[in-house]
Amino acid sequence: MDSTWAALYIFLLAAFTGYEVISRVPVILHTPLMSGSNFIHGIVVVGAMVVLGHAETPLEQAIGFFGVILGAANAAGGYAVTERMLEMFERKPKGGQ
Amino acid sequence: MAPGGLSGYRPMLFVAMENFVELIYFLTALLFILGLKRMSSPNTARSGVIWAGIAMVAATLVTFFLPNLHNQGLMIVAIVIGTVVAWIAAKRVQMTDMPQMVAIYNGMGGGAAGAIAAVELLRGEFAEALGLKLLAILGALIGSVSFTGSLIAFAKLQGLMSSRPIQFPAQKLVNAAVGVGAILLAIWVLFSQSGLPILAFFLLALGFGVLMTLPIGGGDMPVVISLYNAFTGLAVGFEGFAIGNAALIVAGTVVGAAGTLLTLLMAKAMNRSLWSVLVGGFGVEQEAGEVKGSLKPIDLEDAAVMLAYASKVIFVPGYGMAVAQAQHKLREVADVLEAKGIEVKYAIHPVAGRMPGHMNVLLAEAGVAYDKLYDLEDINPEFPQADVAVVIGANDVVNPAAHRKGSPLYGMPILDVDKAKNAIVIKRGQGKGFAGVENELFFADNTRMLYGDAQSVLGQLVQSLKKL
Repeated sequence: MDSTWAALYIFLLAAFTGYEVISRVPVILHTPLMSGSNFIHGIVVVGAMVVLGHAETPLEQAIGFFGVILGAANAAGGYAVTERMLEMFERKPKGGQ
Repeated sequence: MAPGGLSGYRPMLFVAMENFVELIYFLTALLFILGLKRMSSPNTARSGVIWAGIAMVAATLVTFFLPNLHNQGLMIVAIVIGTVVAWIAAKRVQMTDMPQMVAIYNGMGGGAAGAIAAVELLRGEFAEALGLKLLAILGALIGSVSFTGSLIAFAKLQGLMSSRPIQFPAQKLVNAAVGVGAILLAIWVLFSQSGLPILAFFLLALGFGVLMTLPIGGGDMPVVISLYNAFTGLAVGFEGFAIGNAALIVAGTVVGAAGTLLTLLMAKAMNRSLWSVLVGGFGVEQEAGEVKGSLKPIDLEDAAVMLAYASKVIFVPGYGMAVAQAQHKLREVADVLEAKGIEVKYAIHPVAGRMPGHMNVLLAEAGVAYDKLYDLEDINPEFPQADVAVVIGANDVVNPAAHRKGSPLYGMPILDVDKAKNAIVIKRGQGKGFAGVENELFFADNTRMLYGDAQSVLGQLVQSLKKL
């Protein structure tokens, strides 16, 4: 089995995992969860760092630099927004009374 | 040191470093999945995002130790800029503006995926591997659409442009032409090495994201933001394949699948097929339904009396509550009523507001216990026993027209406020909802209209109630 096939199996299992993780979620968590999954694809910053690390021409460097800024913003902003939403759930169970 | 002295040693160090980095990426993927799982239950949700956050920081840090990377200085500068700006913006924004913040950060992730593909394509990294190149191009297409599409969604929700569907002559034709053009250019890029088709491809893909989002109205935005979230996830996963990074593959694919499911759940909750969201503006070809009756206003004192002598009250919040930032005042009203021994519940429509769960988040912010919030299926049987149902800035989600064939809303599940003994509708003016349909509930015999900004109306209600 070469690595392309291994990667396809990873894809299959990861897709199934994503589906399963979210399929029994109460509606009240839909927004925080959308926000949380938005944060998690902020891992794209790692990919952008790798291509910036390989970039040679000024154009490649500029695009890579831009990519890292966007990816970092996705991760940091996504985290902060999700945290703020979930913070409110935490002090909740008794907080309403 | 002799130049040849390290030749056996350095590769081994490289291998060890690479394995260390891969191990951290593996743990990152694991923590992401566990974190998402924990985020899917209210009690563990916060620890879930913290786990994922630790994983994100670890993965970013170890990436600096990957062998053969350059431009580390640029990386640090870019990370600091992106992190600081996004962090401050996210911390300062109002809770009500959270949906558009999700949209814009999601778009940035899509843009980053596009940037990864752009660099790899410009460098001609895929000379021998057409399969990987195809994935890189697909990721670029999806990521670019998500990037500009999310920016338009942000602009619409932030009020930088009209939230109504924007239409122009031959729009579908133009959109289809740009979309097909982007795909044809993608094929050209796949089989060529030159820079020109790459540039043209990205321009068309970015343009398509704008065109695709313009005709979508504000009411459908939650579905669209969720769809773009899934797009970005998928794009990140594809770019992960292209650059051989397992952390990107797993995280991106998990989010792509989870986001797709979330999008379908949301579309279903609105009784809109994804297709109809994407190709048609909401309520454009509406039929003029005959609405009988008249709008009957009520003044504050009468509304307060009505509430004070009820034994069961159900609140129905909508986007108007979010706009007016009225969630705290709503809770105060509820507190006063509960002090009088009145049973209070909140009915939450799955798509009330701009996102599913939007109302829950705002009410949670105001300190409303979440066991008082009821989903549509659970609360609908209770409306007939409710003495008063109070609608705060909700419209389409309580429109009984959804039960009637031919209405643009037909089939959308609604909260049965019309079944309550009395209804009070707090509303800024006499405008229609996003669907552009007259609301029959507002004209019903047992419905009274309480006009004004939700926050000030509820604030005055608290004062009136306290005097009773």
